[in-house]
Amino acid sequence: MSLIRVENLHKSFGSTEILRGVSLGIEEGEITTIIGQSGTGKSVFFKHLIGILKPDQGRIWFRDTEVTAADTTTLVEVRTHFGYAFQGAALFDSMSVAENIAFPLREVLGIKERKETARRVGEMLDWIGLPGIEKKRPAELSGGMRKRVGVARALVTKPEVLLFDEPTTGLDPVLGETINDLVVRVNKELELTCVVITHDIQASFRISDKIAFLHEGLVAVEGTPREVARSTHPIVRKFIENSFNELEV
Amino acid sequence: MLEQMERIGVESVPIIGLSSLAIGMIFSLQMVQLLQPFRAEIAVGTAVAVTLARELAPIITTLMLIGKNGSAMAAELGTMRVTEQIDAMETMSVDPIHFLTVPRVMACIVMFPMLTLMANVIGVFGAWVVAVGAMEVESATYLDQMFTVLRARDILQGMLKAGVMGYMTAIICTFYGYHAENGAQGVGEASTKAVVSSSVAILVADYVMAMIFWG
Repeated sequence: MSLIRVENLHKSFGSTEILRGVSLGIEEGEITTIIGQSGTGKSVFFKHLIGILKPDQGRIWFRDTEVTAADTTTLVEVRTHFGYAFQGAALFDSMSVAENIAFPLREVLGIKERKETARRVGEMLDWIGLPGIEKKRPAELSGGMRKRVGVARALVTKPEVLLFDEPTTGLDPVLGETINDLVVRVNKELELTCVVITHDIQASFRISDKIAFLHEGLVAVEGTPREVARSTHPIVRKFIENSFNELEV
Repeated sequence: MLEQMERIGVESVPIIGLSSLAIGMIFSLQMVQLLQPFRAEIAVGTAVAVTLARELAPIITTLMLIGKNGSAMAAELGTMRVTEQIDAMETMSVDPIHFLTVPRVMACIVMFPMLTLMANVIGVFGAWVVAVGAMEVESATYLDQMFTVLRARDILQGMLKAGVMGYMTAIICTFYGYHAENGAQGVGEASTKAVVSSSVAILVADYVMAMIFWG
């Protein structure tokens, strides 16, 4: 049984229909990538997974808990199993790097002891390869560093699932590769289930166990990278051909 | 909350002090000139003190704080909204309203009346300096007349008004910031709407409260 199951998810904002019946299974311990054109509802889909948005129709399960029917207390519990790495990192700019990473420890896990939070912050910074930047402010960091600190903040509570919202957008190819490597490390070393939204088709084929192609509010194609590469869906073909510069996939 | 109290309260002391001093001095100057032909200038202290306590101190304090802190609140929360910092809190199950809005509202409820009280004292002092120092009104008569007419109730009701207006300011400004969208332009619009709406709202509320207290 899939770790996360999405069934017939519908969502509209006003008269604009964003999701028109998305169904998808996300397997435990895998990297699942959701690709698609801009405005196809990828971020909206993400926010449904952790109950920030309520669907107009459809259901989502995390293990045996139906997220879409959960009350506030259950949602709080469900969210402790998730980490969310935002596209722009979403670091609190009024706080230092250490305070940012310590924030979920203090506010979510209730760990108030300074030595313990400092130790765990230091461990996370070492793990993402940025030791000694505890006192820096987010504004002093480069785009890649900010993204990695955002991942550290999402990981510090030791979730089971890490959601990456366009992790390589806005980064040069070298930095983008560093972030893709980080996604793989999160999956392999920490054994977390990773769900990635990305436009980086090449990277998604390299790092993913499963790819879902979202088009016009529906999952047009899903499967392993090999299966998606062989898809005859016209939009998927166009996307892949453009991304690989018409080289053989 | 202490951080917000410092930002709204302590850091606003110079601007509130300066503006209330200026208001007291200008008001006193005008009143002396108006009352001198009737030989009623000894009533200047009373007029200034009562008007400051009931109306001017709460209004001036609130308007200055809307400009200084209300716009900052809307801009700060608006920036947090458009850069997904508020979304980040929600994903962690941290209630942004509780974490961001409540301390600001509480700080405003506490600090607006405190600064109003300070504005009363400094405004009255400014008025006394002008009346006694520059316009040759007799100090003892001025003070005696002022303390005879001015009641503690005037000051307390003025402070109560400031507390209500502080609450309104914080709610309105954080609301606009919290619901900002469309990037930097949206943050700018949220700040403008916050300042305009809260200024209008507190003037209406001031009239309503004046009618209730003294109508």
